[in-house]
Formats: sequence, structure tokens, C-alpha cells
Amino acid sequence: MTFYNHLIEQAPAMVVAIPLLFAFATPLLFKFSAKFGKFWALLGVFATTVLMYVLAWDVLSEGGDVVNTYIFGAENTQLPLPGDNVVRISFAVDGMSAFMGLIMVTVSLAAIIYSISFVKKYTGNAKFFALMLLVLAANIGMVFTGDLFNLFVWFEVSSIALCGLTVFRSERGEAFEGAAKYLIYSTIAGLILLFSVGLLYGQYGHLNIKFLSEAIGGNAELLMVDKVALGLMMTVFALKAGAVPMHMATPDAYSEAPAPVTAIFVTASQAGLYAMFRMVFTLYGSNIHLTIDLLHAAGWIVIILGVVSMFVGVTMALVQKDIKRLMAYHAISQTGYMLLGVGVGMAVYATGGFDEFGRTAMTGGIFHIFNHAMYKGLLFLTAGAIIYKAGTRDLNKMGGLGRDMKLTALFFIIGALAISGIPPMNGFASKFLIYESVFKFNPIIGAIAMLVSLLTLASFVKVFYSAFMGPRMKEMARGEVPAPMLMGMAVLAGIILVFSMAPSLVVRSLVDPAVNALTGDGGTTSTSLTLFTGHGAWNAVVFMGAMISATIIAVMIRSFFGKKGMTPREEGKKPYLFGNPTEIDGRPIVVPGSNLYWGFTKALDRYYKPVEKFHSGIINEYVFWFVSTLVLVLLVMLAWVR
Amino acid sequence: MKPMSSVVRTITKLLLGPIFLFGAYIILHGHLTPGGGFQGGAIIATVMTLVLIAFGTRVWKKNILSFIESTGLLAFVGLGFLGLGSGFFLFNFLAGSDSLFFGKVIEPVTGEFAGWPANSAPLLSGGTVPLLNLFVGMEVVAALTLIIITMGLFAFDGKEGE
Repeated sequence: MTFYNHLIEQAPAMVVAIPLLFAFATPLLFKFSAKFGKFWALLGVFATTVLMYVLAWDVLSEGGDVVNTYIFGAENTQLPLPGDNVVRISFAVDGMSAFMGLIMVTVSLAAIIYSISFVKKYTGNAKFFALMLLVLAANIGMVFTGDLFNLFVWFEVSSIALCGLTVFRSERGEAFEGAAKYLIYSTIAGLILLFSVGLLYGQYGHLNIKFLSEAIGGNAELLMVDKVALGLMMTVFALKAGAVPMHMATPDAYSEAPAPVTAIFVTASQAGLYAMFRMVFTLYGSNIHLTIDLLHAAGWIVIILGVVSMFVGVTMALVQKDIKRLMAYHAISQTGYMLLGVGVGMAVYATGGFDEFGRTAMTGGIFHIFNHAMYKGLLFLTAGAIIYKAGTRDLNKMGGLGRDMKLTALFFIIGALAISGIPPMNGFASKFLIYESVFKFNPIIGAIAMLVSLLTLASFVKVFYSAFMGPRMKEMARGEVPAPMLMGMAVLAGIILVFSMAPSLVVRSLVDPAVNALTGDGGTTSTSLTLFTGHGAWNAVVFMGAMISATIIAVMIRSFFGKKGMTPREEGKKPYLFGNPTEIDGRPIVVPGSNLYWGFTKALDRYYKPVEKFHSGIINEYVFWFVSTLVLVLLVMLAWVR
Repeated sequence: MKPMSSVVRTITKLLLGPIFLFGAYIILHGHLTPGGGFQGGAIIATVMTLVLIAFGTRVWKKNILSFIESTGLLAFVGLGFLGLGSGFFLFNFLAGSDSLFFGKVIEPVTGEFAGWPANSAPLLSGGTVPLLNLFVGMEVVAALTLIIITMGLFAFDGKEGE
């Protein structure tokens, strides 16, 4: 028992220190033996995962609003008082931090297992694994940090390490371009973050989030510095999360980075989301009578960013023909759901609407963070497997991979169903919470959210059709991907399946503590398997039962009344392509993936033309969009909030 | 990159010692005066760059530099883990102890304990802080030199260096 107490006491620092130790030792060990180096990296991420799970279990079972603090280099865990004139680096782990930490370690574990065979054919494996562990440490640091300056430090560490990983395939010029865009974007954002931290430090003389929050709450009226600092920080973290006017570097970096890195990229962008929510709720939420208008304005800004991200992300994804780029735009679109859910929670925070639907919306938004990390990580890993075998990222040039890669196809289907919010997957459970509550908040936004899910499904149908169906392409490699890659995907797919079946238990044990840590609300979900929103209910087990019985009935009807004399195995031999013969003069006929929705995109030409012009590929223009968003947000903050 | 003229090489040889000394001073006095591992490391890295420009990219071995870089980082984190033994990560376990030079502040004349290190303390004080500065210095020297070598390779021929 006493060992356990020691472990829990030291765990917040160890979860960051262990990946750092393993990361720095990895290049040394690779000099002796590459095999041992890989084993070492795997051991590091595994140790971190186990420790993080123990810590999360401890924090989440206490209900989430108990803060587990860790003061570096101190003699005890108590925070020095504001007057002590002691500058300490501190970690503060509550329900939300532990929730985010779980996401980081789980995706990193899957990604590093996957990388073992994925990066085998490239040089520079030592640096790759070292940087992967460094990103893990930086992401956990960003969600654990208890002071604003270290938030900036971890933000920069994460951005720079991810840049290094993006140029991993340095034989490609595009990799440098993507990394450079991401580097410029995140550096400018980082400097603006530093500036806003400086504003608050200049005004209040604290960097610690707890002290700062008390100082802001203790004011008689809201100062201009508070509003400006919040506006700057929100915009910066929206950029890190990839919200739409500032998403431009995201598709470039996501599509050029190797697949496991992209999966980690997703968690890094979610650390940005975490930081935004933490700033709004924890830093500005200590005296709600003072800041209620500010939170209302912030909530609306987040909602608008979310809706625009959802819509622009999904419509841009629909016209992509590069598989990773398509998925990158979907990552942007899904980020919109999280922003929307939590934004609704912010906008009605501490009003009557919060109890009615605001909390449900926030629960949905935060649950969606977890689901998104799992299924988007899985989808990026399957995209990596497809590219590994097909040798191309172009959807028009691949096909027939499902004949050899049955497991990968299965994992892809799981991920694609989850991201499209098809019941009974976990993506549906979180989107269900968002739909129901957002519809109550504003029916138009609720309708947009559903439309976006529909378009998401459409574009994943396109990917599945292009990559897995149709005749085998001659130049594609045969066979399934190596076992470590399958294992990496299986980890995430397994979690998705388990969480799909018992969403209410997940909400109760993981998401509720996180929401309580942010809002101090104290609400819980019922212990039953059914997820209630106040207006509707969702039970995956009942749904599965109904679906299975409906299938059995359909099969029975078919076997009793169906036409006899069919030979089921015969018709499956040739792929059915709109009734045409599959080959003409020995060459296979395929409808290119990018032509599937030709009619739809043609009809929306007047929307697509300006939006495509908006994605010019010029970083100067992208920075201009960032700065304009910053100015707009500041204007809203200063003009709207009294 | 080819070696430069003998004028440049001679001046480099003359400047090498003083700049290195200045960098070492900044690193070792990191716990007493402004500066520290990063700043001093950056100064020493300018010496390395100067040598690189004057004598060509083959002078420094990339392997050895990356070894120094990893070792510095590893030693830093390792020192943090040693702090766990007496309480917390990065705990200054050497401060005030008799075990090493870096522990107590000793009165130079009488040899008695003279209290906790202040801003004007002797060089050998501060517990683990000077060691941490030293490790950061190692890392920064090696990493900045590696960056310069890599950039030099891109700028010139892309073949030399390994």
C-alpha cells in the first residue's frame, strides 16, 4: 500500500520523465543494435502507458475534481503560497488532465508498435523513435502543466518535435514544405501565446494557473488585459487544434508525415483543445459572476469556429484524391464537433441552459475527443498500411487491396463507421449527445452537424471503394501488412469496439470526471448501460440485439421466399462495376475515386471555387488568415463583453 | 566545404582559446551570474562553427557529436531521477551535503559552514544546479554544431561530413 502511495505521488512527474529518459537513451542504444533500440523505445512507451493508467485510475476514481499536484524539486507536494516568492515548476493532474493523458499514451502505444515494421525500410530510425517518445512527453506535459509558462514550453517542444517527424521522409520535397508551413504557423502561434502569458504575468505577477485564476476572480471588474489575453490564447489553441480559418498547415503536415506520426499529430492537436478549454473554464471560471459575459462570448466564438471547421473540413475532404489529405481534412471536420459541443457548454455555462442541455453538450464534446483520437488514429494507421502496400497515396491509382488485406479492411471499416457516427459505434454515442443538446441550443447548428456526418460517410465510402474494392492493380504488392502493424491497429480497433458497446460506462467513469474537473458541476451519468440525454436515450446492446434479429429475419425471408437456383459463390468472382464488364482488352476498368461524387461537386461549383482559392498553398496568406482571425476574436472580446 | 586561407586559419587558432574559455565561464558560473548551460553552450558552439568554416566540415565527427548530445540529455534526466531518492524529481539532493564540492558553502578561511549559497556564493556551491548547467551545455554545444554541419552540407556539396 505504501509503495502504491509513493507511486501515485511520483506518477505525474514520472509519466513525463520516463519517456524523456527513454527518448534520450534511444539514439545511444541504436548505435549498438537497432533491434535493441526499438525494443527500448517500445519498453519506454509501455512503461509510460502502465504508469499513466495507474495514475488515471487513481485520479478518475476520486471523481476528477481532486487535483493531484506535483512541485518539481520541492520537499512536498504543496504549492508554495503566492507570497512565498518561490518560482516552481508544477504539475496539476485532475480528471481532465488524466483523461487527456490516457488518450496520449494509448495512441502513442499503438503508433510505436505500428512503427516497428513501418519505418524499417527507412534510415534514421533512431531519431524517429526518440522524437516519437519526445512528442509523447511533450503532449503529456502540455496537459499536466500547472503553470502558463510551461504550457508555452511544452507547446513549443511538441510543435518542433512534430516538425522533425514530418520531414522523416526527407527524400520528398513536399515533406519539407509541409513541415516548414507547420513550423512557421506554430512558431507564430507560440510567440503570441508567450505574449499573452506575459500580459497576465505583467498584470498579476503569477504564472501558476491556480493563483492567476484566483487573482482574475478577485478583481472588481473585468480588465482589458484579461479579455485580450483570453482572446489571444483561444486563437492560438484553436490554431494548434486546427480550426478552420487557421487549419491550412494541417493537411500539408498530416499528409506528408508517416502514418504513425499522423496518429500522434491528432493527439497533439487535441492537447491544443485541452489547453483552450482549460484556459476558459479554469483560468476564467473562478468567479463566474465577473466572467459570465466573457464566457458567453468565448462560447459563441468557439461554436462559430466549430461549425465552420465541420463544414469546410468535410466539403474539402470530399474532393480530395490523396488518402492522407482526405483524412486530414476529416480530422479538421471532427475537431469542429468537439469545439461545437464544448462551445455550447461554454456559452450557457452558469445559466439555466447548462443544466438543461449545456452539460450534455460538453459531455458529448469531451467524449468525442477520446473517440476521435481512437478512430482517427486507427484510420491514419490503416491509411499507412494501404500506402505501405499500394506504394501510392493517390486514390485513383489504387484498388483491389481488400483481396489480400482482409484484416486491414476490417479495421478500416470499424474506423470509418465510427467516424461517420453510424450506430452502434462509439462515434455515434458522442455525436448523439452533441446532436441532441445542440439541437436544443440552436436547431440550425444541429442540422448542420448531422449533414456533416452524412458527408463524412460519403467520403469514406469513396476511400473504401477506391482502395479495397475493384480489380487488383498489377503494380501493388501482395499479402497482408506485417504483424506489428496489425497489432498497432488492433489495439485501437479493440478499444473502439469495447467503447461502442458500453458508452454510458465510459461516460460515467472517464468523461464525467473530466467535465467535473472543468466545470466543478458534480453531475454524473446513470450506472445503467443506457446513455440518457434528457430527451433521448441510446443503448448499444439493445440496438445490436435489434439489428441481429432484423438480420436473422431478413435471412429467413430470403431463404423461404428467395429465388432458388442461385449460385452464391459464382457471382462474387468478378467485381460488379455498374453492370459493365470488368476488363476491356485485358485492361481493368475502374471508376477513379475522385470521380465518384462528380455530380455533387459540380453542382456546388460556386462554393468550391472560392474555397479552393482560399487554400492557396502560400504560407504568407495563411499567416494573414491567422492574424485576421486573431483581430476578429479580439474585436468581439472587446466590443461585445462589457 | 574546403578549408579556407591560412590567414583565416591562423586567426581562428588565436581566437579558439579565448572564446572557448568565455563559454566555459558562462556555463560554470550559471548558478551565480546571468547565463548558464544554454548561453555558454551557444558561445562554445560559435567556436565549433568557426573551426568548421576555417578547416572544413570534416573536422568534427557527427557520430561523436550526437553521442555527446545524447549523453548530456541522458545525464540531465538521470540527475533528475537521482533526486527521487530524497523526495522528488529534480530534487536538489546535493545542496547542503558534505558529499561533493557542490554541497555546503564553506567559509574559505575558517572552513566552517557559511549558510546557503546566495548570489555571491563561491563557485563550488548550488548542489545539482551547476551539474545540470554542465549537461545542458554539453547538449547545446553538440546539437548546435550538428545543426551547423547539416546546414553546411545542404549549402555546399552534400557529400562531406560523415
